[in-house]
Amino acid sequence: MKAPASNPPSLPVLIALLAGATLAVFLLSTAIGYAPLDLGAATHDWLAGRPSLPALVLTELRLPRAMLGALVGFSLGLSGAAMQGLLRNPLAEPGVVGISSAAAFGSVLAFYSGLSASLSLALPLGGIAGAILATFLLFVLLGRGAGTATLILAGVALNAFAGAATALALNLAPNPYAALEIVFWLMGSLADRSLDHVLLALPLMLLGWGLLLSTAPALDALTLGEDTAASLGFDLGWLRLRLIGGTALAVGSAVAVSGAIGFVGLVVPHLLRPLVGNRPGRLLLASGFGGAILVLLADTALRLAPIRPELKLGVVTALIGAPFLFGLVNRMRREA
Amino acid sequence: MAIEAHGIAVALGGKTILQDVDLALRPGELLGLIGPNGAGKTTLLRAMAGLLTPAQGKVLYDGESARALGRQALARRVSFLAQGGDTSWPLSVEAVVRLGRLPHRQPFGGATQADSTAIAAALAHCDVAGFGERTMGTLSGGERRRVLLARALAVEAPYLLADEPLAGLDPLHQLEVMELLRRTARRGAGVVVVLHDLTLATRFCDRLALLDHGRLVAEGTPEAVLDDARLRSVFNVVALRGRHDGEPFLLPWRAQSHGQPDEI
Repeated sequence: MKAPASNPPSLPVLIALLAGATLAVFLLSTAIGYAPLDLGAATHDWLAGRPSLPALVLTELRLPRAMLGALVGFSLGLSGAAMQGLLRNPLAEPGVVGISSAAAFGSVLAFYSGLSASLSLALPLGGIAGAILATFLLFVLLGRGAGTATLILAGVALNAFAGAATALALNLAPNPYAALEIVFWLMGSLADRSLDHVLLALPLMLLGWGLLLSTAPALDALTLGEDTAASLGFDLGWLRLRLIGGTALAVGSAVAVSGAIGFVGLVVPHLLRPLVGNRPGRLLLASGFGGAILVLLADTALRLAPIRPELKLGVVTALIGAPFLFGLVNRMRREA
Repeated sequence: MAIEAHGIAVALGGKTILQDVDLALRPGELLGLIGPNGAGKTTLLRAMAGLLTPAQGKVLYDGESARALGRQALARRVSFLAQGGDTSWPLSVEAVVRLGRLPHRQPFGGATQADSTAIAAALAHCDVAGFGERTMGTLSGGERRRVLLARALAVEAPYLLADEPLAGLDPLHQLEVMELLRRTARRGAGVVVVLHDLTLATRFCDRLALLDHGRLVAEGTPEAVLDDARLRSVFNVVALRGRHDGEPFLLPWRAQSHGQPDEI
C-alpha cells in the first residue's frame, strides 16, 4: 500500500502537530498577562497548596481564562467545520442555525432582568437556557426529514427573532449604563471568568464534541450529495439531529460563557481544509484544534496590545476574520 | 435472488409520479429503464434503492424489506449512482472512490485489504487508475462521471442502480460506460441503468422497462418493448431499424407529426 503523496501530512501527524501547537499557545496564554508572573514559582506554590499571590493569579485568573479560550475555540472551530460539511457550503458557520444568537439573547435577558447581579453564573445559565430553547424550537420547525433549505430558512428566522429580541432588550434598557454593559458583553470576552465557568461549560461541550465528531463518516459521504449519502447507509435526518444538537451544546455553552465570538468557525475550517485533502470528516478534529489555537492567540494578543480599555475578543477575531473574507471574495471572483 | 418492486405508487407534493409499478431486477442482467422526460424513471430508481418510501407497494431485496435488512446492510447490497457529476468539495479521486467503502466500515476499524482491493479494481474498471491523486476539480466532466461510477462499483454490491450515467459523456465514453455496465452484469451483479439513448438501450441492455406517465407500459427484450407502435405512442418518434454484424439496431429518426400516417 502506498501512502497518498498529495496530502502533505498524514492525519495523525497533522492532529499531533495541531494538538502540540494548542498546548504551546495554551502555555503562552497562561504565561502572558497584565502583571508579570513567575509561572514556575506559581505552579510550585499551587501544587504545594500555598495560597500565595502568584498561585492565586495562576489558578483564579490565568488558567480559567486559558482553559475557556481553548474550550470555546475548539467548540467554534469544530462546529464550524461540521456546519460547513452538513450544508456543503464554505460560507456556513455555527451561527447560521441561530443557536448562537439565541444563547446571546438568553444571557442578555439574564442581564436585563437583574438576575446576574444576584447570581454570578446567571449569564451563562441564561445563555444555555436560550440555546436549549432555540434548539427545541429548531427541531419543532424542522420536524422529521426536513431538508437543508428548510434548516437554513429556520436558522434565518431564529437569528432574526433572537436579534430583534436582543435589540428590544437594549431599547428598553433602564439606563444607558445597562445598555452599554449588554453591548460590551455581546462583543465577547474571556476576561474575569472563573473556574465555575469552565466547570459549567466543560461537560456540555464534551457531549457536543462527541456528537459532532461522530458525524465524520456521514459528512464525508455527503460530499456526493444527499441521495448518495443515504444510499451509503446514512440516515440524514439523524445526522442533522446529531449535528444541530452537538452545535447547540458546544456553541451554546461557548456563547453562554464568553459572549458572541464571530468568524472563528468560518475562518478556521477554511484555512485547514487544504491540509486534510478537503475531506469534511477529517476537517472536524483539525478545525477544533485550529479554533483553540486562534482564540488563544487572539486572546493573548489583545492582552499584549497597548490599548486600554482591553479590546474585546469578539472584536479582535472579527478584525482578523473580515479581511480574510475580503480575500475569499477576491479569490472567488477570480475563479468565477 | 432479486430486487422486486411490487405495486409501487409514489406521490410527491400531491402529484402522482408512479402508479402500480411491478418490476424485478435479477442478478447478472443489465436492465434498461427508459421513458420520456417526466415518466418517473428516477423516482422508480430511488424507490428501488430504498431512498424513498412508496405510498403503496413494497420493495424487497432478496425477499427482505429495507427495514428488516437495516441501513448498512442495504447499503452493502445496493449501490446507487446519482445523476450529475459534481462533488461538494474537491476531493482526490482516490478519496472519492474510497467513499464507496463506507458501508463496509467497522466501528474504530481502519481500511482493510478488501477495501484496497475493491478500490484498485474499481479504478481500473473505469479506466481512471491514473487519476488517483488528482482532485475532482481538475478533471473533465466525463472523467468525473467515470470516477463517480468507480465509486459506485467500489461498494461491490450485488445490485447497481445507475441514474443517467451517460449524461454529458462523448460517444466513446458512452460506449465504454455501457460496456462496463454490461461487464459488471456479466460478473454477476444486477444492474439497472436509466438512459435516454434508445440506440444504446437496444444494443446493450438484456431487458428494457418502459415507463410512461408513471406507469410501466412494457417490459421485455429490447425488440419486443420498442416496437413501432410504442415508439409512436410513448416517444412520439419514428425510428429507423437495421442490422449490423448480425445485431439489430434502432435509431430514432424523426418526430412523428400528428395526424399523419408514418411512411417508414
